[in-house]
Amino acid sequence: MGYVFILPWIIGFISFVLGPLLFSLYGSFTNYNITSRMEFVGFDNYIRMFTRDPLFWKSLYNTAYYVVFMVPLTTVGAIVLSVLLNQKVPCTRVYRTIYYMPSVLSGVAVYMLWMQLLNPQSGLVNTALRLIGIEGPAWLFDPAWTKPAIIFMKMWSVGGGMLLYLANLQSIPTQLYESAELDGANAWHRFRFITLPMITPVIFFDVVTSLIGGFQIFQEGYVMSQNGDGGPMHSLLFYNLHMWNKAFEVFDMGYAMGMAWILFIIVMILTALNMKFSKHWVYYEGGDGR
Amino acid sequence: MSKRYYASRRAQQLRAKVIVSIILFSGSIILIMPLWWMISTSLKSMEEIMQYPPTFYPHKVYWRNYVEAWNAAPFTRYTFNTLIICFFSVVGSVLSNSFVGYGFAKIRFRGRETLMNVVLSTMIIPGFVTLIPTYVLFSKLGWVNTYLPLTVPSFFGSTFFIFMFRQFYMTIPNELVEAAMIDGANHFYIWFKLMLPLVKPVLATVAIFSFNGAWNDLLGPLLYINDEMKYTLQIGLQNFRGLVQTQWHYLMAASTLVLLPVLILFFAFQRYFIEGMNLTAGTKG
Repeated sequence: MGYVFILPWIIGFISFVLGPLLFSLYGSFTNYNITSRMEFVGFDNYIRMFTRDPLFWKSLYNTAYYVVFMVPLTTVGAIVLSVLLNQKVPCTRVYRTIYYMPSVLSGVAVYMLWMQLLNPQSGLVNTALRLIGIEGPAWLFDPAWTKPAIIFMKMWSVGGGMLLYLANLQSIPTQLYESAELDGANAWHRFRFITLPMITPVIFFDVVTSLIGGFQIFQEGYVMSQNGDGGPMHSLLFYNLHMWNKAFEVFDMGYAMGMAWILFIIVMILTALNMKFSKHWVYYEGGDGR
Repeated sequence: MSKRYYASRRAQQLRAKVIVSIILFSGSIILIMPLWWMISTSLKSMEEIMQYPPTFYPHKVYWRNYVEAWNAAPFTRYTFNTLIICFFSVVGSVLSNSFVGYGFAKIRFRGRETLMNVVLSTMIIPGFVTLIPTYVLFSKLGWVNTYLPLTVPSFFGSTFFIFMFRQFYMTIPNELVEAAMIDGANHFYIWFKLMLPLVKPVLATVAIFSFNGAWNDLLGPLLYINDEMKYTLQIGLQNFRGLVQTQWHYLMAASTLVLLPVLILFFAFQRYFIEGMNLTAGTKG
């Protein structure tokens, strides 16, 4: 009977996950452009990727750059925000709404909004910087500043993660804080030795999911670099954008499927490493790790 | 000592509260400013936008920017198309995930835990790994340039929503199911008549999240829809940008109109957005 209930998922899993996974694994060893027959070429696509496609490395670098800065910044930002919003100050509900709001907004409209905000002349960001006497960079027009611009945009919607931590903070028993305070612990000690250990499971979850999500960045690069060419000096050519161009612009689908598998392997390794190291810093209440 | 100690502690706490309040207040101003800038730009004249330094609010308000932007492309048509896709995505997600989630939470069968782990582990598969084969599949089925690739998959469950439903069902006592079975009800009846009313908050959350997802989806329509009359808002907006490149007042007016329904939804159903997040936080352990 249980199988009847999970049947929709089983069908979906086979036709949209397992089937495609196997198809793309085989496909990555072929030459294929959707109308052609699949011609087996061995490791040719992979060899080409690593030795003869500078844009492969460029796009991998762009994506890694984004992930390396975005993940710690959004994690720390969300934690700091949630701790601040967990204080007993007036209007916290209003603040929570305001901070959370940007994270429900996404899509092309948001990218257009940020393209306007980051406009070197008429944009809000440089206008605000000018008020404090700084001449801002050209952002999306300067290859050195395109990725920071995207990360900046991401920070606007840090409220989603904030809510995740907040839910957890509220489940920490207040007695813990009270008794620590009696023992003379100051605010930093209380954060460092009570709050932080108690939220490590959420930090772990957050880091893993934003790492996986970060490696899938595509739309930002596609929309904000005009027509998907990757912006000035390919500085916004993210891995998935390069793969997209290979698959749907030049129909080099075997190659693109190979790229997809390399990405999959990278994400798998990083997730596994995270899991492995989590033992050393993630604290589970009542768990065996004591 | 104690009186003075408590007095100084209270002063200290008050000071901390004032500092936190100031930080939160300035932070919220910074976070709202982008939206303010969008609306303010959308109401300016082209001349005012070109002005240097830029103005913080429109000196003369041009409401007609909205009408002109909307009519510069078939946005009404795009909205209609998007709503159709949203409707079927919501119906599909709500039905399939509540159904599958029930199976995973309330029915005992062999391999249940293993399969649930498989559900969860699919989270780490990057979307692009399955994107190309799925595209090949749909194009061989002749589904390209129809809404089927954008709606049909939601009828087969999605990892995150299945997990959310399962978490919620597990908080409902099993005795309820057992009592209903003794009264002669089968699982279909229990799911539909007994459980769905109980999981209404999750239904609402899933409905909102999947509506939001379908409304904002660019990749799917970009890949599958070629016919301009079948475009969704996201593609319409993306193409509109190329059309009016530097006319920021039109771009911002169109963006505002596309974001508005999401904002309204957010303020009307804030509770469910937050509930969804809390259910996610339940992952720990």
